Amino acid sequence: MNSTVTSTKENAWAGGDNQPLGASYGKMMMWFFLVSDALTFSGFLAAYGFSRFKFIETWPIADEVFTHVPFTHGSYPMIYVALMTFILIMSSVTMVLAVDAGHKMQKNKVIWYMFLTVIGGAIFVGSQAWEWNTFIKGDKGALETKGGRILQFVKADSGERAALKDFAITIPGERVEHENKNGVWFYDEGYVPSYSVKEVVKGFKADSNILVRTETINEEGHKTLLSREESLKKLESATQVVEGANLIHNEYGSRLFGDFFFFITGFHGFHVLSGVIINLIIFFNVVIGTYERRGHYEMVEKVGLYWHFVDLVWVFVFTFFYLV
Amino acid sequence: MAHEHKLEIFRGLLKFKSNTQKIWGVLIFLSLVTAVEVVLGIIKPESLTGTSVLGMKLLNWIFIILTLVKAYYIAWDFMHLRDEKSAFRRALVWTPIFLVIYLTFILLTEADYIYEVYKDGFVTWNF
Repeated sequence: MNSTVTSTKENAWAGGDNQPLGASYGKMMMWFFLVSDALTFSGFLAAYGFSRFKFIETWPIADEVFTHVPFTHGSYPMIYVALMTFILIMSSVTMVLAVDAGHKMQKNKVIWYMFLTVIGGAIFVGSQAWEWNTFIKGDKGALETKGGRILQFVKADSGERAALKDFAITIPGERVEHENKNGVWFYDEGYVPSYSVKEVVKGFKADSNILVRTETINEEGHKTLLSREESLKKLESATQVVEGANLIHNEYGSRLFGDFFFFITGFHGFHVLSGVIINLIIFFNVVIGTYERRGHYEMVEKVGLYWHFVDLVWVFVFTFFYLV
Repeated sequence: MAHEHKLEIFRGLLKFKSNTQKIWGVLIFLSLVTAVEVVLGIIKPESLTGTSVLGMKLLNWIFIILTLVKAYYIAWDFMHLRDEKSAFRRALVWTPIFLVIYLTFILLTEADYIYEVYKDGFVTWNF
């Protein structure tokens, strides 16, 4: 083959400076990677859609789950996630401004915009960590039935959610904690809920203002409230107290909701984290003048693509997890 | 590298003087769309949640369409797809769109079938 190449330049397949479709090799490969990554995320979101359509009548309502804002009390559904979305879009803007400044070979501008992008990304990752923490710790607590369904509690007069601690009655009893010195085999006792099922049921019987709310969504799009008698009957099937969420139990409703929440926002958060790290590396390269010497800032453009992609994915996660 | 940028959005309805100005213009537009989504998500107007189009609430369709609009502007203006050659752009965009539509159709149809089985079949799971 080589004998047919008359030019002294390398040919295209050997990585010569021929640019198919007008895109440089690095940029094109970044795009192909992003396409494959987009397909991975689509697979996750489609799987989420599958589970949700399967349990369409009992799926948790997102505004009732994500209601907290840091440093405040009370219920502000969606506000914090909207803020996070805005922060991420904002850091996307500083990134594209860095790329733009790079085209014009303005080193100092690139440094500043890259710096702001890294800060924006760090704030976003921090917010996501906070969101996870709030979700894991839980809010009001609930009971889980034999079938793994969740029973939540509501105040009959105001219609507000009732936390377990609002009505559960502590039954005095002696609970001896197993200690390290008492056994050959010692296991940490792990997490113990604040109340037992008995205590919750006793509290429920004593307070006539409390009703049980099931997972089923009625025609108006709200969770179904049971009457006092139905509630008492339903409570008989309760087997354990659930506070917060993990991969096995979830006080907000369907456990699959928790699983997908951890999986998809976790995978996205990992992308943001790696994006921040890559941005940092490029930031230092810009500072020490690597791209100034190279004569172009294409590397900034390439990490820029990755960073915008992270934003792009979040736009979809935001819609399918928090809005729809 | 595409050094020259196409500086108009909305099919030429809005023209910008410089690339920087276009970036800020797109930011304002994306923020507006997000704000509309959040407000709709908090209010949940009866007229939109009540009507169902193709088996899904109208409000959810609006959310999905607005999301695609946002995705379009992120990809076209922030990721500079607008400035790439159209063959490159089509290869990058239509491949995932085709595969995603295919996968979503199959999975959601299957999920709906399982929902029907749970609902009408002799399987008790809600106890």
